[in-house]
Amino acid sequence: MEIERVRKLIADQLGMEVEEVTLEKRLIDDLEADSLDIVELMMTFEEEFNVEIPDEEVERLRTVGQVIEYIQAKLGE
Amino acid sequence: MTRRVVVTGLGLVTPVGQTVDTFWDNLLAGNSPIDTITRFDASAFSTRIAAEVRDFDPSDIIDRKDARRMDRFTQFAVVAAVRAIQDSGIDLAQEDPETIGVWIGSGIGGMETMEAQAVILREKGPDRVSPFFVPMLIANMAAGQTSITLGAKGPCGGPVSACATGTDAIGHAFRLVQRGEATIVVSGGTEASITPLGLAGFCSAKAMSTRNDEPKRASRPFDLDRDGFVMGEGSGVLILEELEHARTRGARIYAELVGYGATADAYHVVQPAPGGEGGARAMALAIRDAGVTPDEVGYINAHGTSTPFNDKFETMAIKQVFGDHAYRLAVSSTKSVTGHLMGAAGAIEGIAAALALHRGQLPPTINYENPDPECDLDYVPNQARSARVKVALSNSLGFGGHNATIALRAWEER
Repeated sequence: MEIERVRKLIADQLGMEVEEVTLEKRLIDDLEADSLDIVELMMTFEEEFNVEIPDEEVERLRTVGQVIEYIQAKLGE
Repeated sequence: MTRRVVVTGLGLVTPVGQTVDTFWDNLLAGNSPIDTITRFDASAFSTRIAAEVRDFDPSDIIDRKDARRMDRFTQFAVVAAVRAIQDSGIDLAQEDPETIGVWIGSGIGGMETMEAQAVILREKGPDRVSPFFVPMLIANMAAGQTSITLGAKGPCGGPVSACATGTDAIGHAFRLVQRGEATIVVSGGTEASITPLGLAGFCSAKAMSTRNDEPKRASRPFDLDRDGFVMGEGSGVLILEELEHARTRGARIYAELVGYGATADAYHVVQPAPGGEGGARAMALAIRDAGVTPDEVGYINAHGTSTPFNDKFETMAIKQVFGDHAYRLAVSSTKSVTGHLMGAAGAIEGIAAALALHRGQLPPTINYENPDPECDLDYVPNQARSARVKVALSNSLGFGGHNATIALRAWEER
């Protein structure tokens, strides 16, 4: 369930179709997110899933899949 | 010798039209778009009417992701700028980008963004304020985003002089081309302040018409029963081009921009100086800069906001500059039709003045029904008029005591 929500949030924010947002895509290198996009995306995930994503974690979340795994792990805690 | 500057392209996003022809036809016919506000529920406000841009779709010019990062005022400007370039026939791929400037101002900037983010700050805390807040809010971003969209790498920026912004932007752009700092400048103004906070501020200032039941009769410059201005929104962009460059590429020339004058009242934040003396000096400077005599001026697109003060003082200023000729020239306020686009007003009115020269028609002041003894000039009442005019002025006066006038001359080889 988180998978589809995350993909849709990314697609909305970066102005693309959900189909393009596949798990192996890198946010910066493949989906062309810039530094402000990354801040906004993390803010949106925090808001949507009611989790906290510390700044030092953000750098490790390079792909869509990594973001989803991270959020699922947080939610499972 | 100073380089000559001509107007070769026009772009519009306005409540009365988004193409040159629609805009002009509606101005001539006096088709007012002023109506009850639809962008939000304005029922609690003392003024509930405005001239909104209701059919704005930037999607063929701005992609979805970029649009999300632009406040409405910036979207208006980018779209108007692209339309102006298209209208000019300039092929950007054939031009040196470093010779193309962008000079577009806004009176306020990202009012809608400011309001939305202030609520988020209050309700959710500082960690939820958007990283795009600042780049969406700041008033220079209309010019910044336009330069990015067009790939224009010359001088870029814009004035912030309230309701004189659009005219000041054109005036500064004129100087950039005259001095050789740019060959082409994409110039104008933009505004999108019809928001709850913007409306509330102007309501509290008692500056606006409260003729809510008769929206199309609310903006009535120079009429005895005028009771304030009507807010509008949108953008106007003019392509200013060095004459030889325009000639070489066989450009259509709407008019020659020949003069600019700007002054400050140094008097009061919102009231005009006695006798409209600041506005009079701006007109006189523009006429002198143009190298013409006052009696060569045949048309003035007035600031004419429909406030009791402005229209009276602007009339006095015109009489001071022109003497007896004030009664022979034509003066009209297209704000009677468009409402007051504030930072964009001078831009769309500069466009109207250029079209008046180019097409030989003078747009009317509509809703002129009861003459005011203190406003006794020829305001082109209610009906458009055919007239071949040699020189036209466009006036803009802004909160803060800013006065700006541009002078345009009908295009002729000379």
